[in-house]
Amino acid sequence: MKIIRIVRKSIKDAFKSIIRNFSLSIASVSCIAITLIIVAVALIASYNVNNITKKIEGVLEIVVFVDRDATESNISDVKDDINKIGNVDSSKTIYHSKEELATQLRQEDANMALILDTLDDNPLQSSYVVTVKDVTKISETAEEIENIRYVTSVRYGENLVNRLLNVFGILRNGCVIAVIALIVVTAFLVGNTIKITIFSRRQEIQIMRLVGTSNTVIKLPFLVEGFVLGVIGGLIAVGISLFAYYFLFDFTNGVLFTNLAPLVAPGSISFDTTIILLVIGGLVGMFGSIMSTKKYLKI
Amino acid sequence: MEFIELRHIYKVYKNGVSALADVNLTIKKGEFVFIIGESGSGKSTLTKLLYREERPNRGEVLVGGVNVSKLRNGNVYKLRRKIGVVFQDFKLLPKLTVYENVAYPLETYGMSRGEIREKVLAALDRVGLKERMHSFPNELSGGEQQRVGLARAIVNEPKLIICDEPTGDLDPKLSREVMDFIEKINQELGSTIIMATHDKEIVNRMKKRVICLHDGVLISDKEAGGYIENEDN
Repeated sequence: MKIIRIVRKSIKDAFKSIIRNFSLSIASVSCIAITLIIVAVALIASYNVNNITKKIEGVLEIVVFVDRDATESNISDVKDDINKIGNVDSSKTIYHSKEELATQLRQEDANMALILDTLDDNPLQSSYVVTVKDVTKISETAEEIENIRYVTSVRYGENLVNRLLNVFGILRNGCVIAVIALIVVTAFLVGNTIKITIFSRRQEIQIMRLVGTSNTVIKLPFLVEGFVLGVIGGLIAVGISLFAYYFLFDFTNGVLFTNLAPLVAPGSISFDTTIILLVIGGLVGMFGSIMSTKKYLKI
Repeated sequence: MEFIELRHIYKVYKNGVSALADVNLTIKKGEFVFIIGESGSGKSTLTKLLYREERPNRGEVLVGGVNVSKLRNGNVYKLRRKIGVVFQDFKLLPKLTVYENVAYPLETYGMSRGEIREKVLAALDRVGLKERMHSFPNELSGGEQQRVGLARAIVNEPKLIICDEPTGDLDPKLSREVMDFIEKINQELGSTIIMATHDKEIVNRMKKRVICLHDGVLISDKEAGGYIENEDN
């Protein structure tokens, strides 16, 4: 009961001083909100990067070109050899004969049909489309396939994916640095707000010290104040960033430029994002407050 | 057993000012003691040592058997709950009513509302201000404000009440009024009272033990002595 009464009084005092120093509270809250919006952008971006990476990895295939001179049985041997490799999903290995490809090309493009007609031989190569189980080992698997007899070359979109992942990595690191810098600035701003509160309540603090109020009870309202400022900032950031993301999702019909890059549904990340932002907000607020009470509250 | 004991106390402030030099003193439970001396004689420093607002550079301060000078910062509040302090400038919170001002320490201790009410009303009754409990400090006379300060000091029924020039800002009539209440509390509650003052009239009238400081040195300690007498020494 005693603890409940003390905590209740601290919360009351904290809200009183937030209202008393309204302009300063607003400044702290806005700073926290802006920082957390950037955190939210980074967070939502990384959800999407992970999602897109997974999607791209899912469609990543190795195209294996077989020597034009290979016989039917050679071609079938190639398939057996490919399927023997551990990382190959053998059930998904598909064969396209050069005749099949030629027919397909003729159907797709009339000019192509003309070109093919002028040639005596079919210039195309029969190919296998191979799906791998673990995309990160795609280079090794491709190399192994390349060493199989009658395989002339292999192609896969490794460069594109690697480049994409690099760009995402740089973006993510940039966000992390910006967020850390902003969090430090925000903590100082909250600390400053608490400093003003401490000064405006110095008479009360002095009396509390003299009448035997414990240090914890003296400090508690300031911690609560920092925490509340942080959480309010967090709530504003949650509101703005999730609203903006819902809007973006609606506006783009849930995909970024192409169907290959679908956006994560807002509903599935709202809860996590909210919790993360509120926790960061609360912690930053309390941290700023602790800095200030340590420095300015001589007890 | 002695309630308060000061052994070979030396206090030099950081700016080099020597406030107390080799002060030895014992005070019994329930005693009423005046500490007198000119401004800068060390009376305030001496009272501050008792509630651990200051620490001596050398020597020991024992209050109720506890070595106050060795108390850790985090534990000072436990000592202060057993000591009531009355200040020259009252130190009341202007935005709180008389009742709230007296209740303030108890609230920060986390006491229940009922308990607080009982103690606050008893304290206000003792200083004769029960009728004014809903007033704000600026609606009261200086004497009444100091009585609120006194009520706040006694609300937790402390064993020791320290008064640092409590009548310094009051005229002789109001001073007498406040002194009457302090004496009544000394008799009724049995609290030990230590009062730093340079109000000659009060000291001469009250006929209590008088300890005189001069430049940080204890120059006389007389049972029921007067102020003027001490000055003659």
